[in-house]
Amino acid sequence: MTVRKQEIMALRSVIDVSAARQKVRSWATELRFSIVDQTKIVTAASELARNTLIYGKGGTMRLEALESNAKRGLRLIFEDQGPGIPDISQALQDGFTTGGGLGMGLGGSKRLVSEFEIDSKPGEGTRIAVTKWC
Amino acid sequence: MEHIPILRMGPFLLVTIQVDMHDQLAMTLQDDLTNRISETGAKGVLIDISSLEMVDSFIGRMIGNIAGMSRVLDANTVVVGMQPAVAITLVELGLSLKGVKTALNVEKGMELLRKSLTESDIEEVGLDREETRNHGLTVCH
Repeated sequence: MTVRKQEIMALRSVIDVSAARQKVRSWATELRFSIVDQTKIVTAASELARNTLIYGKGGTMRLEALESNAKRGLRLIFEDQGPGIPDISQALQDGFTTGGGLGMGLGGSKRLVSEFEIDSKPGEGTRIAVTKWC
Repeated sequence: MEHIPILRMGPFLLVTIQVDMHDQLAMTLQDDLTNRISETGAKGVLIDISSLEMVDSFIGRMIGNIAGMSRVLDANTVVVGMQPAVAITLVELGLSLKGVKTALNVEKGMELLRKSLTESDIEEVGLDREETRNHGLTVCH
């Protein structure tokens, strides 16, 4: 697997979340994702970027354009140094929220991508990596 | 502060979302619409999302809130123009916009709102059905 291109951007405000969506859209278009796949990865990015902002108290999103056996993919890595997630399996359940949202963000995003990895340590932060292959 | 324009068309309010809505803008729209319904006594709200390239859980929640608040204020809400890719993604995400009326386009959405008007609504807003159909646009914001 080769990383063709990468970029990192800060997630410090709702404007950054909106900018992250637009950046993911333009990368997915460049990778010739179908319109449905573009929409799925952009929606997952929006959920995860908002989580990084609200629960992680801000952080970063890293984009990587991937190539593996003639397949094209887009990997997004969200990192924060926030309070971390005490119970990951609970956080992945639909309808679970500590923030007053719908509780669909994490579990929902997982359904929208091809690969989903989550690492979180209470008091240290959270890292979520998602990949969409086309 | 940034606002999404709300148009008045007879007894209805019309909103076309044409920008990538950040969360604060979505919250502002929710407040603005609720205030406009209460000020104007509007009987229906039509939200055109045909330009929206994505509906995530936050925007989904906002749409649900608007529908709920208008219902409490005696108005119907119709969401129109959702792109097929957005619909597929929304359902996979786990949202189905329960309790929100939808239509394929603005025309069908307006028809739905017109049909939901009662005789007393028409009397109240002082319009007959023909006038309602042809009423000019008034910009509220």
